[in-house]
Amino acid sequence: MSAALTLFDKVWDAHVVKSIENGPDILFIDRHFIHEVTSPVAFLNMEKRGMHVMYPNRTFATADHNTPTINQHLPVEDELSATQLKALESNSAKNGISHWGLGHKKNGIVHVVGPENGITLPAMTIVCGDSHTSTHGAFGAIAFGIGTSEVEMVLTSQCIMQNKPKKMRIEINGTLSDAVLPKDVILYVISKISASGGTGHFVEYAGEVFENMSMEGRMTVCNMSIEMGARGGMVAPDSKAINYLEGREFAPKGDDWNELVTYWQTLKTDEGAEYDTVHVFDAADIEPMITYGTNPGLGIGISKQIPDPTDVLDGKASYEKSLDYMGFGVGQNMIGKHVDYVFMGSCTNGRIEDFRQFAKIVKGKKKADNVTAWLVPGSRQVEAKIKEEGIMDILTTAGFELRQPGCSACLAMNDDKIPEGKYAVSTSNRNFEGRQGPGARTMLASPLVAAAAAVTGKITDPRELLN
Amino acid sequence: MAYDKFHMLTSSVVPMPIENVDTDQIIPARFLKAVERKGFGDNLFRDWRYNRDGSPKADFVLNNPLYKGKILAGGKNFGCGSSREHAAWSVYDYGFRCVVSSFFADIFKNNCMNIGVLPVTVTPEFLDQIFSEIEKNPETELTVDLPNQEITLNATGQKESFDISDYKKNNLLNGYDDIDYLNAMKSDIEEFASSRPF
Repeated sequence: MSAALTLFDKVWDAHVVKSIENGPDILFIDRHFIHEVTSPVAFLNMEKRGMHVMYPNRTFATADHNTPTINQHLPVEDELSATQLKALESNSAKNGISHWGLGHKKNGIVHVVGPENGITLPAMTIVCGDSHTSTHGAFGAIAFGIGTSEVEMVLTSQCIMQNKPKKMRIEINGTLSDAVLPKDVILYVISKISASGGTGHFVEYAGEVFENMSMEGRMTVCNMSIEMGARGGMVAPDSKAINYLEGREFAPKGDDWNELVTYWQTLKTDEGAEYDTVHVFDAADIEPMITYGTNPGLGIGISKQIPDPTDVLDGKASYEKSLDYMGFGVGQNMIGKHVDYVFMGSCTNGRIEDFRQFAKIVKGKKKADNVTAWLVPGSRQVEAKIKEEGIMDILTTAGFELRQPGCSACLAMNDDKIPEGKYAVSTSNRNFEGRQGPGARTMLASPLVAAAAAVTGKITDPRELLN
Repeated sequence: MAYDKFHMLTSSVVPMPIENVDTDQIIPARFLKAVERKGFGDNLFRDWRYNRDGSPKADFVLNNPLYKGKILAGGKNFGCGSSREHAAWSVYDYGFRCVVSSFFADIFKNNCMNIGVLPVTVTPEFLDQIFSEIEKNPETELTVDLPNQEITLNATGQKESFDISDYKKNNLLNGYDDIDYLNAMKSDIEEFASSRPF
């Protein structure tokens, strides 16, 4: 009898072109996404070598990282950003790669547009020069971020060299409480195992909580796998994943589709398969979360107080530096803390389901005067849905404006920068020093917590505002 | 692309005993707008290194003339965060050829090896020892011996061996990169690609 295998083993092993002895595996890549920031040097180096793109139809380009989120119909003002966008466009055109630039109806954040157009499929290997490529693992793909040298490898050979990571299983059973969203689940996990607890591993999320979670929710969870250091995370493909993808533009059709569905249904971890590391948590222990420090592992339940250094996994000096940057102290409540900015969007929480949650809280209320709110849909299609579903009207009535799609304040490469010293509640994925602008102070949270902050002007438990 | 071969390196060390040094600190996103690989060293640790007006922050280690060298030693989980290879480029362009830590983030580590910076993982105890010797004497040197996979704290003679795959070691010793290797196996890749269901 053959050895019991995990879902991860099955997908990984199916992509190994060759294993180098005492070296990495040569892994075939089914889908490659590129954007304007991490691809220009790869194209440049490829040209210097006199090489060309091996399979242009396996690479997809979208502009997202440094695009403006207002007036996208006008020329991009920032000269350097404009040059990068131009480079993406001309590199794509020259090499026969489909390119969804600013204004294109399929434009948006790479990890939002991949699944919504059916480019992402179960059992694929997917890479992009962006660490949040792990998002696509929600569909049972092995998806992870790569550097620019590796982008060049994929362009020229459709392969990269990787050592097979160790395997981690994160299992959560039980039922999530009211107002606890997928974002809270992943922030909780990271707070328990730290920002480095997954390093060297690839995660499989299993158990009732993930089985019952929507595809959007699974994307949010898999997206933040990198925030605990894991290369990626995945969920076994089920009927929910298959239904989400069926009929989308790039998804196979007819018999091809049916054959794939039969294959995907076999993709589960075998009974008795072994993991290098296993964590089991109980859904009942998770409440709406918020971060208070400068790495995503420094998060707590919103009703709790900022812990003592002895209760966190980071070293004392780093922890103190982190609280100092945030202007917070040990023992303080998070509830009631002042908020200047709210950022709703990103590849973590910029999908339609996230805007539905945000609207649930703000409906019938008004934006707090002290809050500047940036609401940025993850894609043009999400933007269209916000309008179609009447969410736009709710937002407008409550005093909010909707911006245009892009990565925006998540990494603050464009003009959407939180000013120095200001406090932002952000539905994005990183609260590093200066991540959202030099000196900006970020508190990561779910769309519900962000909405509660936006209407009250301070950190507020969303459970108080629901019903 | 071509980079300097790595063989043996003896150098003083720039100490950064901070955990979770993320790639947004190594190179903030607003400096990622180039379409060529040049000038990244100037913005290495930009916001820790310079005030908003561009003047150097006197208390940051890179601005302290006592500390210099081709080796950077950082606390655990060094290079966490984004996949931007610009972080590794800025480390290289500044003049570092080796980064020592007790624990590296995966993508940063791969990026370093792909451009000719050697990441050396040591035990937490050895890393503490390095930091405490540098505190006593900022000119403390480390010797990194790639062929023998050994790192030595020269002041005390203490040494540790470190892991690296034979394949990557051979690349670094010879200045090879993965693309040459992949290019040589095009026909295997084509055959594999033709069997893919999507």
